[in-house]
Amino acid sequence: MAEAQLKDDQAPRKLAYVNAITEGLHEVLKEQPEAFLAGEDVAGAGSVFGYTSGLLAEFGEHRVIDTPISEKGIMGLGVGAAATGCRPIIDLMFMDFLGECMDEVANQMAKMRYMFGGHARLPVTVLTMSGAGMSLAAQHSQSLEVWLTHLPGLKVVAPATPYDAKGLIISACRDDNPVFVLLNKLSLALQGEVPEGAYEVEIGKANVLREGKNLTLIAYSRMVHEAMQAADQLKEFGIDAEVIDLRSLSPLDTDTIVKSVKKTHRAVIVHEAVRFSGFGGELAAQIQELAFDYLDAPVGRVGAPFSPVPYSPSLEQSYMPNAKRIVAETRRLLGV
Amino acid sequence: MTIQATDAVLLDIHERMVRIRIFEEEAGKLMENGKVPGALHLYVGQEAVAAGVMAHLKDTDHITSTHRGHGHVVAKGGQFNEMYAELYGKAAGYCKGRGGSMHICNMEIGMLGANGIVGGGIPIAMGAAFSKKFRKTKEVAASFFGDGASNEGSFHEAANMAALYKLPLILVCENNGFGEYTRQDNHQAIVDVADRAAGYGMPGVVVDGMDAIAVFEAAGEAVARARNGEGPTLLECKTYRFYDHVGVRGMGLSYRTDEEVDAWKRRDPIKLLEEKLIEQGISTKRKISAVHKRVRDEAMAAIKFAEDSPLPDPDGLLEDVYYEKA
Ligand SMILES: Cc1ncc(C[n+]2csc(CCOP(=O)(O)OP(=O)(O)O)c2C)c(N)n1
Ligand SMILES: [Mg+2]
Repeated sequence: MAEAQLKDDQAPRKLAYVNAITEGLHEVLKEQPEAFLAGEDVAGAGSVFGYTSGLLAEFGEHRVIDTPISEKGIMGLGVGAAATGCRPIIDLMFMDFLGECMDEVANQMAKMRYMFGGHARLPVTVLTMSGAGMSLAAQHSQSLEVWLTHLPGLKVVAPATPYDAKGLIISACRDDNPVFVLLNKLSLALQGEVPEGAYEVEIGKANVLREGKNLTLIAYSRMVHEAMQAADQLKEFGIDAEVIDLRSLSPLDTDTIVKSVKKTHRAVIVHEAVRFSGFGGELAAQIQELAFDYLDAPVGRVGAPFSPVPYSPSLEQSYMPNAKRIVAETRRLLGV
Repeated sequence: MTIQATDAVLLDIHERMVRIRIFEEEAGKLMENGKVPGALHLYVGQEAVAAGVMAHLKDTDHITSTHRGHGHVVAKGGQFNEMYAELYGKAAGYCKGRGGSMHICNMEIGMLGANGIVGGGIPIAMGAAFSKKFRKTKEVAASFFGDGASNEGSFHEAANMAALYKLPLILVCENNGFGEYTRQDNHQAIVDVADRAAGYGMPGVVVDGMDAIAVFEAAGEAVARARNGEGPTLLECKTYRFYDHVGVRGMGLSYRTDEEVDAWKRRDPIKLLEEKLIEQGISTKRKISAVHKRVRDEAMAAIKFAEDSPLPDPDGLLEDVYYEKA
């Protein structure tokens, strides 16, 4: 009994992705008096995903604010408040709703500092939910990260694990630039180690999750876990895959990618977003520019087909990239 | 000039309301029992609005709807087989399983889709109304949307343009008192959404959305104005949803009291209409239960049809992304 107790105490604390998000927000609201959290149903309801649960009770309605369904207004609130001394945390319930507020994001938030000759500082963080897999169909399931990574002035991170979710939220909120934190809805229940208290995960630093010799799998967000599974399955075909979790898309940790590819000589990029014009295109281009002489095979890309996200489970299953598709694409590419 | 509902019209409105109610009750069970995927936003409690407005519209008139769209499809004449099949994600569904609950549509009866984007349907209805005027038809368009949606820019831009161009549009705001879990007084500083009409230069009308006859009469005036080329109307119907925001019991949040729900349920729009039908000798208890039974049987048969019908072929995933010449 006493022994079991001891083991329990020593075991690192595990937390679900959804609770790690809450903890990250909690730490930030605690340490930054100028920070507030605003979004649709983030206060009374604790967000439709549950990740702001308890924050209203702890920080009060002055700091945790329910807004009308007015995304352009909410995003503008973030820009204007950030430019004038607050540190807003804006919750955009689904990433698909970027369509409602893209001017505030693309033409105002991303560019204001540059257009003003550096005379504005925008410490605003935006949380938003991406990803398919729940039969929520074409307007509630998208992965639109390239809408954001194409905009100079924004930082974009996409945590795959509870640890990174908390750490990246804290880093994002301590950053004096606009940072988008892209969350993933199928990962909300995912358990992982999460330390107590505040800690940062450096924005712009990738994580080598698994070392390997003859293939680099590059992924982010939930696809990291599919890539890890694929790496396991690829052993059987004599492939010893390294897996990189990008964590941050912009800025991008090109060094870690290039170093890995120079070692393994092969790369396959995995993302859930539509493959065509996806972030994988940028990664493949960088790899061939910076490591062309080291490549033993074309750089592979696994992504969703060129269609909106379908509703029917039968269609959605065939839409979403997974470990099986990663293995198949890798084998095709390497001829094994 | 108020258009009075004839007995036949009242029976027609009643039938539409019962069809919505039963479709939604069964859909709610399917969701709660895990039979259908995704999220269903159910229309129970608001039936008088869809039925009262739709009784004035023809198949050639167009409507746009919301995430809470099944009731609008049913009231516009949607068939249970294709609707349940869509909720199941089956190939026989109205959207061939691609759209599901939040995108359910039927172009043949002028139903331009539910919508996953709050406020998303309003500018589209304005565009449809523009088309009707441009093509010199006598048709109209109507957009259904919630109190929450009236805070989206899309509402304001579409309202302004509709009034400016004098478009044959009826903006039907179904004010059920909440946007998700946020009460109206916590999302806008006005009580009547209809007040917003003044800012755009169109009439704004408030009506009891639990009273099908009142909705029918008010909608009749708005539709007549639209058909006569007099421009748009904002018609606000005060109503309430009996189920939670999503599904039947939802996430179990406490954002409204049982007393409040019960008070509204005492004004159940179907019950209110049925009392009138009996009182005025237009129908009888027995005839009314026969309607309920017939519709329930139809729903059960349609659910069986949906359950038994095949899923879409995954190889067809890329079909319908673009129009292809035959
Ligand atoms: C642009 C956009 N923002 C937010 C949401 C999430 N959402 C779905 S329904 C809803 C509430 C809508 O309230 P209301 O317009 O009053 O319609 P009701 O649900 O009451 O019928 C919200 C916020 C969404 N789907 N689209
Ligand atoms: Mg509402």
